Amino acid sequence: MNKTPRTKMPEQDPIKRSSNFLEVALGYGIEEAKKEALRCIDCKNPKCVMACPVSVKIPEFIKHILNDDMDGAFDKIYEDNILPSICGRVCPQESQCEGACILGIKGEPVSIGALERFVGDYGMKENKADTTVKTNKEGKVAVVGSGPAGLANAASLRRKGYQVTVFEALHEYGGVLTYGIPEFRLPKDIVKNEIKNLQEMGVEFIKNAIVGKSVTIDQLKEDGYQAIFVGSGAGLPSSLGIPGENYNGVYFANEFLTRVNLMRSNVFPNSATPIKTGNKVAVIGGGNVAMDAARTAKRIGAKEVMIIYRRDQASLPARLEEIHHAIDEGIEMNLLYNPVEIFGENYEVTSIKCERMELGDKDSSGRRRPMPTGEYKTFDVDSVIVSIGQKPNPILKQSTKDLNTHDWGGIITDQTHKTSIEGVFAGGDAVTGAATVILAMGAGKDAAESMDEYLKNQ
Amino acid sequence: MYKIVDKKVLNKDIDYMKIEAPLVARNAKPGHFIILRVDDEGERIPLTIASHDDKHVDIIYQKMGYSTKLLGEKEIGDTVSDFVGPLGKAAHIKKRNHVVGVAGGVGAAPLYPQLKAYKDSGSKVTLILGARNKDFLIMKEDYEAFVDEVIYTTDDGSFGQKGLVTEPLEQLLSSDESIDQVIAIGPVIMMKFATQVALKYDKNIDVSLNPIMIDGTGMCGNCRVNIAGKTYFACIDGPDFEGQDVDFDGLMKRQSYYKDEEHQCYLRLEHE
Repeated sequence: MNKTPRTKMPEQDPIKRSSNFLEVALGYGIEEAKKEALRCIDCKNPKCVMACPVSVKIPEFIKHILNDDMDGAFDKIYEDNILPSICGRVCPQESQCEGACILGIKGEPVSIGALERFVGDYGMKENKADTTVKTNKEGKVAVVGSGPAGLANAASLRRKGYQVTVFEALHEYGGVLTYGIPEFRLPKDIVKNEIKNLQEMGVEFIKNAIVGKSVTIDQLKEDGYQAIFVGSGAGLPSSLGIPGENYNGVYFANEFLTRVNLMRSNVFPNSATPIKTGNKVAVIGGGNVAMDAARTAKRIGAKEVMIIYRRDQASLPARLEEIHHAIDEGIEMNLLYNPVEIFGENYEVTSIKCERMELGDKDSSGRRRPMPTGEYKTFDVDSVIVSIGQKPNPILKQSTKDLNTHDWGGIITDQTHKTSIEGVFAGGDAVTGAATVILAMGAGKDAAESMDEYLKNQ
Repeated sequence: MYKIVDKKVLNKDIDYMKIEAPLVARNAKPGHFIILRVDDEGERIPLTIASHDDKHVDIIYQKMGYSTKLLGEKEIGDTVSDFVGPLGKAAHIKKRNHVVGVAGGVGAAPLYPQLKAYKDSGSKVTLILGARNKDFLIMKEDYEAFVDEVIYTTDDGSFGQKGLVTEPLEQLLSSDESIDQVIAIGPVIMMKFATQVALKYDKNIDVSLNPIMIDGTGMCGNCRVNIAGKTYFACIDGPDFEGQDVDFDGLMKRQSYYKDEEHQCYLRLEHE
């Protein structure tokens, strides 16, 4: 077994970075990448590939790195994953490829994410993405949403030769990659570059177009789109349902992050959209979005930022790297607290009262259930950012009566991503509720196969 | 980019613009709104659709903040960066006996398509239109072309009755039993008091809420409003709601959260 420790990725100093929006993790250089690539033992039955939602041929691309063939490494990844620079940065590798790596049983798994990022960035810098389309087929496809599910679906179908148009509701493309994930974790130039590749491939993008409002599903069909993929994401924030949630200073993480990421309120007044947090910020929740919001609050000037989460540290759903980064940057962890009321004066937040929790028996998710203790603590805060999850966006459902959805809003699909409407497929967070970038991409890619079958039979 | 094909200055504070936006026009209905960004660093600002044809959407806006002032500097032939819609739920228009529309200031613009739709449905319609003074009464001719009755009010008495719109509203509701629907659109404070009057006479009243918004698609939750203790998103659940049980005071507080920042931006514009 390989006992060499993982090659650490250089990072920006925590104190310096907590006041800037530059990327935190700096990426491998070529020597570091090759050193890490050496650790891969090239399993005969690579478990990492099976654990990857888009089945990137991991040992193969790593072998190309070792052979100094970066072009080959990039092409190998790009066959299965059109967004390597993005996935290398935001995938929860510890629960996917790296979680399945054999080396992880007795030691540390190969840093697959860091290697993917290295190769992806090389390809981006050298403009290696293969944007040629070998065949052109009859068949117009509409893709709803330019987030990870939509982009993966559009790329797959375009490569098969179809005419693909992506409809985006916002004024910039990328969905959650653009409005949700902060610059310091995913530089927006990377997202823009990936979109540019798809445009070069011949995918048409239309912004400020809300399917369900600007144009309905029926109208898309009238306009000649023979198949439609819905990747409209989980754009509907869940609320705590406690008193005081509408006070000024209480944000949903979506609003808070959108103000900074999409509207650039961190450079206000050079950008016209303002934001303010005051000195003390409480972020409710323990996922990636909560970590993003907490670290963003720090960067726009909040002095004290705390995470309030109802379970323990081991249960935090965020990527490990994000939790470590947040702690390094001075984000305080108030674990095992559950908010019960937000207090305010003159309609502005002043404090948040939380109940102390303890962990009970395991619940249906396999995690130990937080149980109330009857003990309370009140934290003085100037703002509260609610980050306890998102549900699928309701707009399309509201205008499309025949589209069957679950009570909680998720679009109902069969195993081939077909919805209740002929010719309409769906995938990503719109179907599953808030999950990960890579699962959404996987769904977009799989749905493209079903759509290809469907279109062939038209 | 979206082209400005017509523009009229209605008074010193209020402009009319016709924007080429076929994707918004296609499904636009009374009650819908749009969100626009003037330029690439612009805010997303919601404005009600005043009217539309196949390709164009008309907006009427008051130059009260930084972004609307910036928009006011654009002329025919110029473009705005972004223009998206139609957003919100279309108004539920059905035939009534007698509808009273109450508009304050620039509220005349969003009220227009709704009151017109009521008229087209066969309802009798009365308009109460109020403003600071006679220069700020807009769309008079547009309304006079179809309403059955019209009452004007101005704060200074320079046109019509002197006083607030709630006074003639109360006179009408107390004397005319045929009235079975009121719609009030204008400043929140006006909608609040119009609602109190309507409820006093046990009449249905609809109001159009205008909280701060960003995406306008239910994604951010900035526009939440409290109605009977329940939270709604004005962008997807509204913007029209029954006035009863709307927490108008909370809405006014939420609207003013960025007042100081707005001022900073405004100063920058003056400086430039």
